[in-house]
Amino acid sequence: MTLSAIRSRLAGLEGRSYWRSLDEAADTPEFRAYVEREFPEQASEFNDPAGRRQFLKLMGASLALAGVGACTRQPPEKIVPYVRQPEEIIPGRPLFFATAMPQGGIGLPLLAENHMGRPTKLEGNPEHPASLGATDVLAQASVLTLYDPDRSRTIIGRGEVKTWGSFLAAMQLLLGPKRSNGGAGLRLLTEPISSPSVLEQIDALLTTFPQAKWHQWDPVYGVVQGGSAASSALYRFEKADVVLALDADFMGFGPASVRYTKDFTSRRRGANPEHPNRLYVVEPTPTVTGSTADHRLALKARDIYPFAAALAGALGVAGAAPAGELPEEARAKWLPALAADLRAHRGAAVVVAGESQPAAVHALARAINEAIGAVGTTVTYGAPVVGSPVDGAASIAQLVADMNAGSVDALLIVGTNPIFTAPGDLDFRAAFDKVANRVHVGLYHDETAELCHWHVNEAHYLESWGDVRAFDGTVSLIQPLIAPLYDGHTLLEILANLNGTSGQSSLDLTKAYWTRAFGGQTKTAWTLRDAKGQAFTTVDAFWRHALHDGFVASTSGFTSTSQPAAASTTASAAQTAPAAAAPAAPAAMTGTEIIFRPDPYILDGRNANNGWLQELPKPISKITWDNVAFISPRTAERLGVPVTRSGNQNQAVLSISYQGRKASIPAWVQPGTADDVVVVHFGYGRKRAGRVGSNVGHDVFGLRSSRAPWFDGGAEVSNSGEGYYIASTQNHFAMEGRHPVRIVDVEELKKNPKAVEEQGAEKPPAALSLYPVYEYPHHKWGMAIDLNACTGCSACVIACVAENNIPVVGKSQVARTREMHWIRVDTYFGGDPAKPDGPHHQPVPCQQCENAPCEVVCPVAATVHSDEGLNDMVYNRCVGTRYCSNNCPYKVRRFNFLLYQDFVTPELMAQRNPDVTIRSRGVMEKCTYCVQRINHARIDEKTTGRAIQDGDIKTACQQVCPADAIVFGDLNDPKSRVVELKATERNYGLLDDLGTRPRTTYLAKVRNPNPALE
Amino acid sequence: MEASQFPKDDFRAPLPVIAPGYTSRSITEKLTGIVLTKHTPVAWFFVTAVAFMLLMGLTVSLAYLLAKGIGIWGNNVPVGWAFDIINFVWWIGIGHAGTLISAILLLFKQDWRTSINRFAEAMTLFAVACAALFPLVHTGRPWLAIYWLFPYPNAMTLWPNFKSPLIWDVFAVTTYGSVSALFWFVGLIPDLATFRDRAAHPGLKKLFGFLALGWRGSARHWFRYETAYLLLAGLSTPLVLSVHTVVSFDFAVSVIPGWHATIFPPYFVAGAIYAGFAMVLTLAIPLRVMFKVEDFITMRHIENMAKITLVTGLVVVYGYACEAFFGWYSGNEYERFMLKNRTYFGPYAWSYWLLLICNFIVPQLLWSKRLRRNIPIVFVVCMFINVGMWLERFVIIVTSLHRDFLPSSWQMYYPTIWDFMTLAGTIGLFLTLMFLFVRVLPMISIFEMRTLLPGAAPKHGADEKGGVH
Amino acid sequence: MSHGPAPASGLYGLVAEFDSATALLDAANKVREAGFTKTDAFSPYPIHGLAEALGMKEHLVPKFVLAAGIFGALGGYGLEYWAQAIAYPMNIGGRPTFAWVSFIPPAFETTILCAAFTSAISMIVLNKLPQPYHPVFNAPRFSLASQDKFFLAIEAADPRFKLDDTRAFLNGLHAKEVVAVDE
Repeated sequence: MTLSAIRSRLAGLEGRSYWRSLDEAADTPEFRAYVEREFPEQASEFNDPAGRRQFLKLMGASLALAGVGACTRQPPEKIVPYVRQPEEIIPGRPLFFATAMPQGGIGLPLLAENHMGRPTKLEGNPEHPASLGATDVLAQASVLTLYDPDRSRTIIGRGEVKTWGSFLAAMQLLLGPKRSNGGAGLRLLTEPISSPSVLEQIDALLTTFPQAKWHQWDPVYGVVQGGSAASSALYRFEKADVVLALDADFMGFGPASVRYTKDFTSRRRGANPEHPNRLYVVEPTPTVTGSTADHRLALKARDIYPFAAALAGALGVAGAAPAGELPEEARAKWLPALAADLRAHRGAAVVVAGESQPAAVHALARAINEAIGAVGTTVTYGAPVVGSPVDGAASIAQLVADMNAGSVDALLIVGTNPIFTAPGDLDFRAAFDKVANRVHVGLYHDETAELCHWHVNEAHYLESWGDVRAFDGTVSLIQPLIAPLYDGHTLLEILANLNGTSGQSSLDLTKAYWTRAFGGQTKTAWTLRDAKGQAFTTVDAFWRHALHDGFVASTSGFTSTSQPAAASTTASAAQTAPAAAAPAAPAAMTGTEIIFRPDPYILDGRNANNGWLQELPKPISKITWDNVAFISPRTAERLGVPVTRSGNQNQAVLSISYQGRKASIPAWVQPGTADDVVVVHFGYGRKRAGRVGSNVGHDVFGLRSSRAPWFDGGAEVSNSGEGYYIASTQNHFAMEGRHPVRIVDVEELKKNPKAVEEQGAEKPPAALSLYPVYEYPHHKWGMAIDLNACTGCSACVIACVAENNIPVVGKSQVARTREMHWIRVDTYFGGDPAKPDGPHHQPVPCQQCENAPCEVVCPVAATVHSDEGLNDMVYNRCVGTRYCSNNCPYKVRRFNFLLYQDFVTPELMAQRNPDVTIRSRGVMEKCTYCVQRINHARIDEKTTGRAIQDGDIKTACQQVCPADAIVFGDLNDPKSRVVELKATERNYGLLDDLGTRPRTTYLAKVRNPNPALE
Repeated sequence: MEASQFPKDDFRAPLPVIAPGYTSRSITEKLTGIVLTKHTPVAWFFVTAVAFMLLMGLTVSLAYLLAKGIGIWGNNVPVGWAFDIINFVWWIGIGHAGTLISAILLLFKQDWRTSINRFAEAMTLFAVACAALFPLVHTGRPWLAIYWLFPYPNAMTLWPNFKSPLIWDVFAVTTYGSVSALFWFVGLIPDLATFRDRAAHPGLKKLFGFLALGWRGSARHWFRYETAYLLLAGLSTPLVLSVHTVVSFDFAVSVIPGWHATIFPPYFVAGAIYAGFAMVLTLAIPLRVMFKVEDFITMRHIENMAKITLVTGLVVVYGYACEAFFGWYSGNEYERFMLKNRTYFGPYAWSYWLLLICNFIVPQLLWSKRLRRNIPIVFVVCMFINVGMWLERFVIIVTSLHRDFLPSSWQMYYPTIWDFMTLAGTIGLFLTLMFLFVRVLPMISIFEMRTLLPGAAPKHGADEKGGVH
Repeated sequence: MSHGPAPASGLYGLVAEFDSATALLDAANKVREAGFTKTDAFSPYPIHGLAEALGMKEHLVPKFVLAAGIFGALGGYGLEYWAQAIAYPMNIGGRPTFAWVSFIPPAFETTILCAAFTSAISMIVLNKLPQPYHPVFNAPRFSLASQDKFFLAIEAADPRFKLDDTRAFLNGLHAKEVVAVDE
């Protein structure tokens, strides 16, 4: 390898590259091979994750040096001298700061847990209307991205490491001439943006350069098939008795899902839901929302429109197109029953249209909502929260057209990664080369950055100052929890500099904007009031309040109808717009339907380098580390794909051809998928994601079309005959008549209160035991999990990972079913696989049995009971016989078969929760009911003398749960919620017929079916 | 029954325990000659070399195990135990026949045991050594397991958990190992004296003299010796029964369907004797030829052992039947599912049927006296049984674990190359020790053989008055 | 072969060699009847009644073993009880700290362990082994005692021992050969 070749490779390396030998610098395959296997041949096949991590440790250690010093630096804004103990910081006591996570331009409000200047865990902001204390999977995992050693660490200009100053200079050189020609040829490509301050900067930029254009591309959020809606809906599910979801995963997808899940499940959880709501879901593939449905209909995505139209017609909506061809069941059974039910619940029903459905369906849904008096009660329509909403697909298509026409000579790309994610029909890459000056701003030096002349490493949101709006419009302030680890810069800074205001930090800029907003000098007029609706006396009062609360209450779409003045006009315009003016009905489609879905966690690949998300089993399918194409059992039979599996194994690889473009992706037989549909999940197959995410899974963006980005007909699918190993954490989805999840109809339960109990096997009488029962006089911790509320979103799993320092083991270890998650979400299907009932979800942590089978068999007493009834695991006493795991009926114990924990990479050390032991090789571990949190509370009880109140202690899984399905408390406190829940007739113990007396019990799922559809 | 009661070469006549024409002197010379000679059979070198190679494989795989952790094996959740514990139970079971022959048959005054008990005991020792390896290395942190399992308080004055079957195991296996070694050594003392007195090389004389503790065959010594030996036998008998009972508790005490069964203790003990006798035959058949001791290990021995194998085999099969019956009769859905999963629709059903072929079908050949006396056939049958008993433990452990209570955690188990290397390695260890033993120590108890000779016991009528003979 | 009176001080005694167990047992009885007490017989395998013939009455080994067994049982069970119920009581799987059933198997094993070792060790100790040197080894053909010959010894220390008479007496018992053996 020549020296020049080595240098060019080094230039492309993620992060600042230190190399120890030319071999390593060259990074030849030989060298990789050498590091990957410190043991010859046989080693690789079983321990390549360990081997891979070995390699990564070596590389990481060198790559990470830059980060080491940075880990606990304080933000420059408030340097605190440690000569005297700063009043706030008490070692061992975390501080919480309000901030927000932007996702697709929308903010999710957070409280960040900060240990000695290190953010370690994120919780929801309890006051914020968009969170009410809960968060989602992506927010939980984002803290790991902050510490990702593969994040871009430097500004790179034409392959060389450059300084911030030189970048600004280069930008001036680039923009200088454009000031004369109005910025012709200047293009800005971003994700959707709701940040008022950034929008103002963009606005300013576009005024300075009238010829410049702003494009938006986000393959996940803000892509609408067939034109974008002029308004966005805000649902009030807590008021809805009947909900119809048209291919809408409102509880499983998007920043609104957290609040919506809370609202929706508020009608189902608790001791005895008075009037349980009823959910109809019509969707092509099973979703989290679909799994909570009382009635679920698997329908091709293309049939949703005729279905909605027919329903609208049945409900007397003027000008509703006649129903097209619909399956018998939908037409004869569903439509009449549904129409009747919606009519019967006038004003207390709502129809929800899904993001991936064309605008026409949204218009129909809105028309129906108006017809059934939903608008104003269960749904309100307002202006979209993101600034100047466009259809991303159309926008990027336009950009490509212009680039091909040669009318683009300067392109500034922020965040998004079009080289990887652009629809295949556009050939973005080819057009991209025609642009003279390409600038990329992003967290990673990714596929796009690689092809850009300039790359600026962006600051993670936990490192930045800024603002963002939640889905309901609420303005949240983003404050940094730590100084930028790798000296990243925010979009706000860059835009301000392009606009000529140099030398200002993002704090200055944000504060400046809100100071002007307070004075009413911003284009958007804000009404700034505190929680009680009082106006603020001074800017500082407002600023402090906003930072402390993390949001400005008066801007919420829930609490107040007062949208920002500028926006409200469009909003009212949208409201007055007649439904008839909706976009034309989508063209009819034929042939096998191809549906594109983002991977639920990796999204478009932006999270590919996040090990937690890679290893988190996808909802429903339980697949890890890969993307697949869902097909129904019938379709599988047609394609000659085996329908059943006994364990992890090779899956048939489908070769899909669509509009002449081809791609291959492993098939996954997923009951509940509509027939003749192939559901392709994109986001995998990254080339430059980093040590974790590169070359994982299959890239299918090539198939996607900018005209029909979500679904289309005419796909040709065939079984390639090849096999591809998929690692799934669950391979058996039938309950085998054992009723781990117990389900009753609401009427049945009313008639027979013992209905739930009778489903289980006979419980042994308590008197059967020869031994006396232990008393737990002081505290007696217990948990109740409400399966009626659980949606299977898996946020509890990832929250547990973040809280308890649970390691990532890698695909091949998951394939050996050695994943380490302390809580898992089991999923079961019932009935005929072709038309299944379910999925039914069941979170399973350690059941903390009072007669724990695991304890008796441990030879060294490494797992024993505490006097509060916790099933304690003593790591440093464990010798690793694994007998406890064998004897655990719930199989919730996890064993460190190899050295899974990363003891080397400094960034990752900084993320760990200091209250939880890091487990090493050969040690058994399991859920502890978050004993560290219990101990914190007990210490407080001792010091303050104030007894622990119900709700003082929240386990990580409980705190994150948007559905409030998990309740933890003291069984000795008669007033505690957990006691109240365990008293209901829905309460049952998993496998309680074994006499293990589990402390964790479940509340049975209660269906509220429509008799007409039974 | 005496052979004389039968017409000449009637095949029903019991075969002699020891071929005619031997004297105390000739026995002594023949048996000591095997050891006190420079000549070694070529076959011995061949077998030992192969065994030693396997042993090297064991050391490699164990070293790698300690370096990496047991993740190099196929074990997972839910199948936390696999080859490691299968091999453990297999070996400990094989060990049982040695003690049984030397102890129980002694108590039953089965004189034919004399010529096989010595190397059967040695086999016990080496099998226990192989078995004891696994409880240690199968833990994630063997360097701790080695001493945390023994009853002493650690720094936190924390004691082991005596409620755990694994601790019972530790007590049972260590006791078994040490008592077997003791029994074996006590039996060796008089023969060591013989070696001392016959060895030509002064160095050897000293060595054997040292080991013989200065034994001189004094009447009073013999008197105490026999008492002690009988007591040891009496103690070993309940011990050997308890050991496999305790091993079976590892499973019977748990809650897993397929493990949680009251039939286990007797069924395991029978299985142990079954496996043990099969292994004794597997060793005896080649050894008697290799060292030309067919006159001492006669057809009578082979036939008797074959009979015992057949009987214990039937007991084991009865155990299978009971398992199946109780599984169905319990009416417990988990038990019934376990049964179905084990026998026909589970992915490991093949192992169950293979097990029945090896342990049930094939050994039925031994009903026929002609086949029992056909040495190659007996050898092949024993090989089947050795495999079958390993499979039995595979069925019990893996098939029960891989699908227990919650369908969501049902998974598969696949062994890795290291699992196989470890199994083969212990076989290597066993054979190496065995063949070294037969070369350097008397594989047949010489002094007990002397007692079998006609006229060994003093004639009666040699009374106080005496008289000229 | 040392004939003639040897210095009584350095003399261990007379050792007679016999061909068969019968002859030896015979001789042993005669010797006892003749009133000799400090005698011993040597054989390549145990001969029933020989020790009694020489007037041995000791039965200590079984007693020791019984005691050891009882000690092992109580000790083992006691240790378990003390460790689990007194020294460090813990709630393990909801079982009582003194779960008496679970303690039986280890106690059983300790019983066997103690008893077995005692039987072997008491045998060796009572036999005053290991004893690398013993005068009887000086008998020229004594190495055959561990192979196929039988020996009878009358020690010089015996009060009735008179070299010539005793030699004659032994010869009278059809001894193949009688030799005087030095200390």
